Order: sequence, then structure tokens, then C-alpha cells
Amino acid sequence: MLYFLVWRDIKLRYKQTELGIAWAILQPFLAMMIFSLFFGRLAKIPSDGIPYPLFVYTALLPWIFFANGLTQSSNSLVGHSNLITKVYFPRLIIPISAVLTGIFDFVLGFLVLIGMLYYYGMSINAALLYIPLFLLLALLVALAIGLWLSALNVKYRDVRYLMPFIIQIWMFATPIAYSSTLVPERWRVLYGLNPMVGVIEGFRWMLLRTQTQPSPMIAVSAFVALVALAGGMLYFRQVEKAFADVV
Amino acid sequence: MNNIAIDCRNLSKLYRIGERENYLALRDAIADAIYSPWRKMKNFAAGGVEKSAKDEASLWALRDISFSIRHGEIVGIIGRNGAGKSTLLKILSRITEPSRGFADIRGRVGSLLEVGTGFHQELTGRENIYFNGSILGMKKAEIQRKFDEIVQFAEVERFIDTPVKRYSSGMYMRLAFAVAAHLEPEILLVDEVLAVGDTAFQKKCLSKMQEVGKEGRTVLFVSHNMPSVTRLCPRTILLESGKILRDGPSHQVVSAYLRSGLGTAAMRTWTDPSGMPGNTVARLHSVRVVNEDGETAANVDIRKPVGIEMDFEVLQTGHILTPGYRFVNEEGQIVFSSYDPDPLWRRRPRPKGRHLSTAWIPGNFLSEGTMIVSVALQTSFSHTLHFFEPDAVAFHVTDSLDGDSARGDYGGFIPGIVRPLLQWTNRAAEEIECPSRKAL
Repeated sequence: MLYFLVWRDIKLRYKQTELGIAWAILQPFLAMMIFSLFFGRLAKIPSDGIPYPLFVYTALLPWIFFANGLTQSSNSLVGHSNLITKVYFPRLIIPISAVLTGIFDFVLGFLVLIGMLYYYGMSINAALLYIPLFLLLALLVALAIGLWLSALNVKYRDVRYLMPFIIQIWMFATPIAYSSTLVPERWRVLYGLNPMVGVIEGFRWMLLRTQTQPSPMIAVSAFVALVALAGGMLYFRQVEKAFADVV
Repeated sequence: MNNIAIDCRNLSKLYRIGERENYLALRDAIADAIYSPWRKMKNFAAGGVEKSAKDEASLWALRDISFSIRHGEIVGIIGRNGAGKSTLLKILSRITEPSRGFADIRGRVGSLLEVGTGFHQELTGRENIYFNGSILGMKKAEIQRKFDEIVQFAEVERFIDTPVKRYSSGMYMRLAFAVAAHLEPEILLVDEVLAVGDTAFQKKCLSKMQEVGKEGRTVLFVSHNMPSVTRLCPRTILLESGKILRDGPSHQVVSAYLRSGLGTAAMRTWTDPSGMPGNTVARLHSVRVVNEDGETAANVDIRKPVGIEMDFEVLQTGHILTPGYRFVNEEGQIVFSSYDPDPLWRRRPRPKGRHLSTAWIPGNFLSEGTMIVSVALQTSFSHTLHFFEPDAVAFHVTDSLDGDSARGDYGGFIPGIVRPLLQWTNRAAEEIECPSRKAL
């Protein structure tokens, strides 16, 4: 059923859109152009000596995966209320599938990233093999927060309106437009408490071989992600019995 | 005890009504968290018991429901809207939790609370079959195996790769039911799905359900359609305000339900002219079941005649009008039809105005049980139906054990759709000692 839910969502996502799956590529690509123009050209934010478009795209790709996954999963239970009130199945499937659906877009966007690496003359090395690991970390973070928010959203529809702000603030708290080297050394581990920091740093480190040695940050991020996920699961299990009555 | 499929003990479900509970805003929850300790303290100080507003705005959808169903049983669940039927199915299919009590279910459950759950307008018929099937608990291989059968049952072969948003509503419903009908759970919970499609398709659905039952699977069937309940289910549970009112053989329970006036009544009146069945020629004002004394009667003694009276208004002169009735028993069988043979109006147009036509059924003719009467007014030689009101009224025929009806002194079940009191003759075929008839 999880498989069919993901499959259905992917099919539905770009149905009746003129550009179809091109959107999966356009979304991060357009964001990259805007970021490059304003932050790279105009604000001249340092990018650790890497071409700014590449620098920002590497971060945008996992970020968009995360942000979409979080938004989709938060709204997933409410959006599938017709299923919840009519059929029994483990409710966890719904937010999980909402996050998984984004992998499809990610893969498409990643092909563009490989093209960009080639264009900028960066070598593609074995570090690429670690990508799934960091993608998994991003997925777990999105799911962890998504579980909390989706369950809360069932009862408190305020969540939906809160979402854009959460994502916007979170984005500024994550080194997407800027490099984490801007953050003073002694705050870095604390900075890593934001689990997305670990994800983004991991991506940059692997693909662009930035100077920062991100291991401690990644470790902290992974730890935070797992704690949040465990909490989300527990909370979700606790309230899922009442979903059908409230949604 | 091993063959019990569903075992419910003191099942209760409390629903909070009123919008506050449903869509609680976060702000309220925070405010409540801050203020409620205060309020509790104040109440405590005042010596009062905290009486929350929630208690007043709650509703017991089910109250202390206990029953058990054996494997292979087909059980109907009837009751008025809001009696708790759907809540019961929701609990049994684990969609919602009971507030109190428990339901023990042994076997794979398939629930069909709505046809087409998860159907998506943008997806094609094929895609929806796969998705819907998986939601209802089928494995991919299972769906593949049954795919052709499903498509054939739904009669949508040509449109299988068309998005369902282009389907007619009938096709949509047929496809949705077809998927559900090919589920193979050990316990099947069905809610009102037969209310879809045309008559032919409904028949198909019913026979499919019967087939399911014959395969030894347990079926719980919620419906408002009494004939199909009695035909499908040997046993029926009647719910009323969240409680079990009756539980027993279907024909008895259904009769009790209809008799209690919860179902079709012995009298139907239309007061609003726009709502009256009819056309520009004639319209129906009321229909009622009358006894010998001309009183409206929901219960009729099997030995006594019963009349069905229709009050209709002729709006246009120049039409020969024939009133007619159709009598259907609780099993959905047409017992007989009757048309007014009155020589006065048989070949003569009826004048404008109100007419009362009553058909009298003699005593000692109908069988015991519930009769559902459909009413029609037609012009035979142009085959025009001026109105046809199906299931307009119903009445219940009771057969007491007084010994002078066709039942005699026998207290058990007598099959047959009519139960006429016939004249029997007896004579000795050889010399035997007979009691004198005069002694009787």
C-alpha cells in the first residue's frame, strides 16, 4: 500500500501541468538562479572559492527535498481524511509516503547537479556513493518533524498557516545561501543541532570538497534527527487512534 | 467457542459534538492549559465539582453493545439514521476506537464503508483499480489475478484507460463496487453499497454478496433496504439510539422495525403540491392502509380484510385512469399486483377533483409478515404512468394462534408468499370410526 500511495502521488503531482515533470528540475534550478543573482552577484556572499551557482544548487537540492517533504507530510493526514475515516491501515504510511514521494524529484534534480559539476569542471568521485546516506538523513529529519506536525495538524489547523514561516526561518538557519564557515568555530557544534546543517554540509563536503571538516556537525545532526524521529513516532502512535474522530 | 468471528462486549462510543472539539485552535489549547489549573483550583476552593461543558455536548453513538457472530454468518444491521450502525462498522473495522468495551475480531477484515474510497478523479480506471485494491488490503499479485474479472464485472472494458473523471456516475460506482466485491477477506463489513447503480446492477451486487456468504465468509451488512436484508441475511440486529433493540431472525426483526413505525409507515401524505407524485393529469395526495372500520392500521390480523386507499386528484379531464397497487413482501418478492376493475371508470374518463380508490384484500389470504405497497396511476391504452410511488406504505400481517386461521394450531414457520384459508374436504376411503361433526 505504501508503494501504491507513493506511486499515485508521483503520478498525480504533475498531471494536468503543461510542463509535467520538468517542474522537478525547474524548481531548484530557478531558485538557484535567483539565489545566484541576489546573494552571489549582488551581496557577494563568499562561497568557499566554489562557483556560487554550484555552491547554492548543491544545498538547494536537498533543501527543497526536505522542505517539500515536510510540507507534504504535515498536510498529508488532513489531505487524506477521506481514507482515514473510511479504511483502516497503519496511519504512519501516509506521512511516510508523502516524504518518499520527493525522492523522485530529487533524483531528477540530481541529474542536473551532475551536469553542473561537469560544466564547472569538478571531478565526480566516489564520495557520490555517500549521497544516499545524506539523503536518508534529510528524509529522516523531514519525517521526524512531519510526524509531529501532521498529527498536530489533525487537531490544530493552525499548523498549515505556520508552515511557510517554519520553513522560511529554518532555511535561514541552514547554510544554503551562505557557507557554514561564516559561523564562528566554537558555535559550529551547536549550529549542528539544526539537523539540516549536517545534511547540507555533508552534500557540499562530498561533492565540492569544501574545506570544512563537517564530521562533528553531521554526528550531532544525525543524533538530533533520530531523537526527533523517535519522539515523533511516539507522539504519532499515541494520537493516531483519535484521528478518524477528529479529522 | 472457536468459531466466533466477532465478539463485542459492552461496546460504547462517545462522540463530542459541537465544533469546538473538532477544530480546536492552538490558541484555545494554550489558553486552556494556562487557565484550567486556575479554574480547577477555584472550583475546588468553592467546593464545587468541576462540570465541564463537554459533558453536555457529547453523544453516545453506541451504548453497551454486546453480541457475537459466528464464522460464516451473514448478519444484517438495520436502524434509523443516527442509530449507530456506521459507528459500529467503524469500530469493527478499527478505524476508530471504542470509548469503552472491546471488540474481538478473528480473521482478516475487509471493510466497505464507502464505495470508491481513495478513487482519484485524475487517475484512469486501471490505476484506480490498483490503488483502491491496495487500500482495501489486496496484494498486487492478487489484483493482477482478478483484474479482468473486476473490469468485466464493472462493464467498463472500453474505458479502462480513461481518467475516471470522464466516467458517468454509474460507471464510476460500478467500478468502485467491482473492486470491493472481489476482495477476499474472512470478514466483510458492508455499509449501504447497494444503493448504487441501476436495478440490474443492484441485482448483480446482491447475488455477488450472496455468493460471498455461500463461500463461508462472515458478512456484516448495514442497509436501509429491508427486502435485501431479509433476503441476504438470516439474522438481523436492529439498532436504535446506540442500543440493540432486537437481535434475531431477519424476518422477525425487520417486521418489528417496520411495525414500530421506524421504517415505512402505514400512511403517507403529501401536503406540498410540488412534492406530490404525479404529472399534469393527476397527482397523489395520500396513501394509507385501512382496516375494516376505516381506521389507518399498521397491524392487520391475518383473518381480517385490509384495504389500501389512495387519495388522488385529477387535474385534467379526458383520461381513463386506472389505479393500481403492487404488493411486495419483506423478502422483496412481488406477491401480487392489483388494478381497479370498477366498471364505472374502466372505460370512462374521470372528472376533475379528488378521488378515493381502495383495494380490499380479503382476510385469510396474505401471509404473515410485512407487506410493502407501491402505488401507481396509469392510463392503460396509451401506457402512460401518471405516478408511481414505490414503497409508499407498509403494513404488518400478524397470525395469532387462535386456531381459526390457516395456521391452525401449528406455531412454527410456514413457507409461502400467501397463506389462504382453503376449504379442505375429508371423507373416509374405507370404513373407519369418525367423530361426529356435530360434536365440534
